[in-house]
Amino acid sequence: MRHLLSTQDLSKDDAILLLDTAAQMAATQSREIKKLPTLRGRTVVNLFFEDSTRTRISFETAAKRLSADVINFSAKGSSVSKGESLKDTALTLHAMGADAVVVRHWASGAPHQLAHAGWLDAAVLNAGDGTHQHPTQALLDAFTIRRHLVGLRGGAGGAGHPDGTGADLAGLRVAIVGDVLHSRVARSNVHLLHTLGAEVTLVSPPTLLPVGVETWPCRTSYDLDATLAGWQPDAVMMLRVQRERMSGGAGAFFPSPLEYTRRYGLDGRRLALLPGHAIVMHPGPMNRGLEISAEAADSARSVIVEQVANGVAVRMAALYLLLAGERDDRADAPPAPAATEGTAL
Amino acid sequence: MTTSSTTYVLRGARPLGAEPVDVVLADGVVAALGADVEVPGGAVEVDAAGHVLLPGLVDLHTHLREPGREDAETVASGTRAAAAGGYTAVHAMANTSPVADTAGVVEQVWNLGRQAGWVDVHPVGAVTVGLAGERLAELGAMADSAARVRVFSDDGRCVHDPVLMRRALEYVKAFDGVVAQHAQEPRLTEGAQMNEGVVSAEIGLTGWPAVAEEAIIARDVLLAEHVGSRLHVCHVSTAGSVEIIRWAKARGIAVTAEVTPHHLVLTDELARGYDPVFKVNPPLRTAADVEAVRAGLADGTIDVVATDHAPHTREDKDCEWGAAAMGMTGLETALSVVQLAMVDTGLMTWADVARVMSTAPAAIGRVADTQGRPVAVGEPANLVLVDPRATRVVDGAAQATAAANTPFQGRELPGRVVATFLRGRATVLDGAPVEPAGAVAAPGVAR
Repeated sequence: MRHLLSTQDLSKDDAILLLDTAAQMAATQSREIKKLPTLRGRTVVNLFFEDSTRTRISFETAAKRLSADVINFSAKGSSVSKGESLKDTALTLHAMGADAVVVRHWASGAPHQLAHAGWLDAAVLNAGDGTHQHPTQALLDAFTIRRHLVGLRGGAGGAGHPDGTGADLAGLRVAIVGDVLHSRVARSNVHLLHTLGAEVTLVSPPTLLPVGVETWPCRTSYDLDATLAGWQPDAVMMLRVQRERMSGGAGAFFPSPLEYTRRYGLDGRRLALLPGHAIVMHPGPMNRGLEISAEAADSARSVIVEQVANGVAVRMAALYLLLAGERDDRADAPPAPAATEGTAL
Repeated sequence: MTTSSTTYVLRGARPLGAEPVDVVLADGVVAALGADVEVPGGAVEVDAAGHVLLPGLVDLHTHLREPGREDAETVASGTRAAAAGGYTAVHAMANTSPVADTAGVVEQVWNLGRQAGWVDVHPVGAVTVGLAGERLAELGAMADSAARVRVFSDDGRCVHDPVLMRRALEYVKAFDGVVAQHAQEPRLTEGAQMNEGVVSAEIGLTGWPAVAEEAIIARDVLLAEHVGSRLHVCHVSTAGSVEIIRWAKARGIAVTAEVTPHHLVLTDELARGYDPVFKVNPPLRTAADVEAVRAGLADGTIDVVATDHAPHTREDKDCEWGAAAMGMTGLETALSVVQLAMVDTGLMTWADVARVMSTAPAAIGRVADTQGRPVAVGEPANLVLVDPRATRVVDGAAQATAAANTPFQGRELPGRVVATFLRGRATVLDGAPVEPAGAVAAPGVAR
């Protein structure tokens, strides 16, 4: 793996390796000393063209726990305004010797361009691009689902390991609810969950499903109640609904926040329709009272806070596999994490 | 009218792909044509064995960028590219800065074209002041100017207000003008980045739905019928548009339509690499749309191939897809792409190519008195000689256009322009542009 740009690029083996590595990373994070020497001397640049404090902090934490040097580069407003172009930014980072670039960008495809335009030879991690992809979010979601649910529907089972190491998500059902049209989280999850063997239903008002969704490896529904009661998902992932989607007069995607909440919001009543083991997920930040009620967000089934913690482990795994994995080609390659038995790692 | 003092004899050229003949060009006209012609002494011999001789190509849709964006293209560089591509006339679109919405600006462009001397430059006038879509520009003044404007277009933007479009269609009848519509319903395409469909859904770019083009064309053909005007539809890109135009023509409505070379061969799958060189308006569509526009061109539903040559600076393309300018160059690849898509596939003959790239556009643009003429004795020697057996690899940096945004970079294309003649003077010879010796009079003065 040279870059992590899209979950569509991941094979099932790639995905399971990422999740298993994340599990090992997570195990180290319950220790008193959380820092590992793995990426000492490597430079990771967080290149953010769009505000996202949560994602940036998660990546920064992950890189620092692996002892990498971290540079935060906030380039908000560049390129479209009179600022520095993406190309010049990339050339600058190249000149500074960045080993990995974590990029968040408003433009779909910007990480792909950074990886392939020949401006930069660092590993590129997509931390969310436009309405395209957010692969580490999907990986942390899959990681969270695997921890809680693997084995419940049969499938490949837990491989004897309590946290599901080695397992895929075969047979599990995941409902993704909300603004699919504008969601990189939904796109990333649909492909990754499908690759891992899970079934996905997208639940959305018709205005917020993209034209062309019929080719995606999932089913779609306009009816949340019917999906929850009839399909009995093991996990329900609520997507953030941005308030600007309701403005714009004739161009608004739905009539009012109240109508959205009535038809697509997750509340206590809908929670009760789910099987007993089902979990509630949200990539954050939540609009409490819009797509998710406080009751649902704070319920015992909610794993939303855990998703955040798992995000660090998954990003550590991604950085490790992209940077240390690349070093495996050299003679002085350190042993893979699985072989370190939890000491040096 | 100034003409060439050099006499040329094209040996073994195949007019419109027919049997080989020798063709003598003297005093700006085709002086002789046949198997056994008398060649004046001192004539320059051009080996045309196996080459196809066509009337000089006429582009109804060229962006020359001057005045205003001389960093992307000038009238001189753009018309040089046109000559290199086999053109002898281009219609220069109005979306310059300032907009070509007054007699002054269209005359400026017309004069720049005359000074450059590569091809006849026919300025297109804006339909509305500043392309703003709010009120009619002084169309009559542009028609009466030295530039003699006959084609009016807000290209780049749609004349979307139905009343304004109706008025424009009616008003230009007074001087036999035509409104060339950029069919794009603006509200359905806010923020649009590419064709809306399977690919846009997957790669997360805002969609430009086919219906936004088709709805405007449907409205406009009905308006044209109602007021008895002629309508020209720019860059038709969807299967549905072809069907609507086919219906309108069957109904007797005076509609003509163009397709670009890129819409004849490229699809939205190319957006997957996020290279903004493939960002264009209207966007590249699906393979089914490509098939439909080819069929429409072959059966005459679509009348002409027009390049929509849209040069852009590197900085406007070396950036994020979402920030990049829309458009691609086309003048120097159009004939090859048409050969690839239509001739080599058996869908059209070289005579059809002459029709869709020269005769029909000259008729629509009302320049058929000098351009798009038959290859016959006594006709103006506006000609292009093409070697259909040659192949070449496209290199944007090596093209005559000042811009490098060709979507065919690195692709091997069939056919090569060997020579272009403008009123008997070679603007291209042996495949290379021949610098004009000083200003050449363009048509419009004596007519």
